[in-house]
Amino acid sequence: MLEIKNLSFEVNEGGEAVGILRGVDLTAEKGEFLVVTGPNGGGKTTLAKAIMGLVEPTGGEILFNGQDVTHLSVTERANLGISYGFQQPPRFKGLRVRDLLELASGKKDITRDDCCLLLNKVGLCAGDYIDREIDTSLSGGEVKRIEIASVLARGSELMIFDEPEAGIDLWSFSRLTETFRALHATRENTIIVISHQERIIELADKVILIADGKVSHAGTKEEILPFIFDPTNVGCAYDRKAVEK
Amino acid sequence: MNEVDLKLLMEIAKLESVPQGAYNIRKNGESAGRASSDTIEIVSKTDKPGIDIHVKAGTKNESVHIPVILTETAYTETVYNDFFIGDDADILIVAGCGIHNGGCNTTQHDGVHTFYLGKNARVKYVERHYGEGEGEGKRVMNPETVAYLDEGAYMELETTQIKGVDDTVRKTYIECKKGAEVVINEKLFTHDEQHAESKMDIVLAGEDASGRVISRSVARDKSSQIFFPSVTGRASCFGHVQCDSIIMDGATIKSIPTVAAEHPEATLVHEAAIGKIAGEQLQKLMTLGLTREEAEEKILDGFMR
Repeated sequence: MLEIKNLSFEVNEGGEAVGILRGVDLTAEKGEFLVVTGPNGGGKTTLAKAIMGLVEPTGGEILFNGQDVTHLSVTERANLGISYGFQQPPRFKGLRVRDLLELASGKKDITRDDCCLLLNKVGLCAGDYIDREIDTSLSGGEVKRIEIASVLARGSELMIFDEPEAGIDLWSFSRLTETFRALHATRENTIIVISHQERIIELADKVILIADGKVSHAGTKEEILPFIFDPTNVGCAYDRKAVEK
Repeated sequence: MNEVDLKLLMEIAKLESVPQGAYNIRKNGESAGRASSDTIEIVSKTDKPGIDIHVKAGTKNESVHIPVILTETAYTETVYNDFFIGDDADILIVAGCGIHNGGCNTTQHDGVHTFYLGKNARVKYVERHYGEGEGEGKRVMNPETVAYLDEGAYMELETTQIKGVDDTVRKTYIECKKGAEVVINEKLFTHDEQHAESKMDIVLAGEDASGRVISRSVARDKSSQIFFPSVTGRASCFGHVQCDSIIMDGATIKSIPTVAAEHPEATLVHEAAIGKIAGEQLQKLMTLGLTREEAEEKILDGFMR
């Protein structure tokens, strides 16, 4: 249902082209649960944003259910059935949790029960939250969970979550893991989660390891986990050279 | 009342017909209906245009509606309404002005509302301004609100300029005695080539007085806005002014705040932010299937709610 061919994204830094994505190939089948993992700065979020249309790739193709969506707008992709939960969701002065869930679900008058079901899936009590504004009065973890609930509200064919665990406490994270497990069990949605958490990786049908803008490894979790736990030293060029010597 | 009158009343006072309780409807300088209640008396002024509203001490859960509608072109008026709120009363006052100017000359309403709140009285004052009309004549409104809060009194002002007002200078002066509290929610929306000025002076004169101003505005097209929020603390008190504006297109917004402490125990805070709609907010709503324009409208609707 999702096919990414030789996807690239370059930015200009001081007159030089720097590759953020350098020929990414990836496929996801209907009902599959993919975890995309890898070191910081490797290109995971850029890849997710390219699928949603939030960044315009400089090369390659994105096919969704056989349709080339590479140059479609964000709105068009959303209406085709792609959704994306931001790693750092924006806040809105004046927009309430209920408003966001209503917009996400496409229902004209979302009920309190609908909101309750959605918020419960991310470990929030509807009574405490539905009429609150998504502004700075909410903590980072609360905003993040509301963001995830907004993606769940859409029920899209393809759901992408960008580091859903970031900023969330351990108890809520357990609840979230259960939600992902239950969602996957229905096999109705294709789920791509960018994550570094072993408990999320455990849910995966397929794990994609992205580093340096490329897919370095792809396979089952059993195949990929050894690479993840390998001693790595990617942060400092000086150290890397020392290790290579 | 005709259809235009009813539409204006709906816009400014959410009224579908004659309101419950005490009311006074003013249309083109004439009274279009008035009712007093057992505890709220409305009488015409004899020395100048306007009314006096007397609310008996201890009046609870009652409302007063005093909308003004203007439907004539080239009509200008200044109206003085005074409110005398007795001790311990707790009431809702809904005011506002709607102008339908179908002609090519300016129609203008200047309203001066003065409130005297007795000890421990509570007032929620809602004021909405709206203009419409196919004519080229300007729709001008200059509301002035003055309030003196006695000890322990509380006043909440909700003042909104919805749309269609070409020119406005809004003046607000509030004085709080010991333990009195005022909360002002101001919402201002300008578009086309409209101009709006808001001058707000809050004087916290008594011990433990507090004042809070939450001002949100949107300026579109080539419109311009200027804000002069000012809080003066003359005793051990707390004042907080928060101004947030969204600027769009070729609009201009200027905010010139003043916080003045005249007592060592006065705590006064001011926050002001002017900026365009954040790109990430638009992107988020677009990922929910909204177009850029729809996302923009939703963000503005929420911001000005």
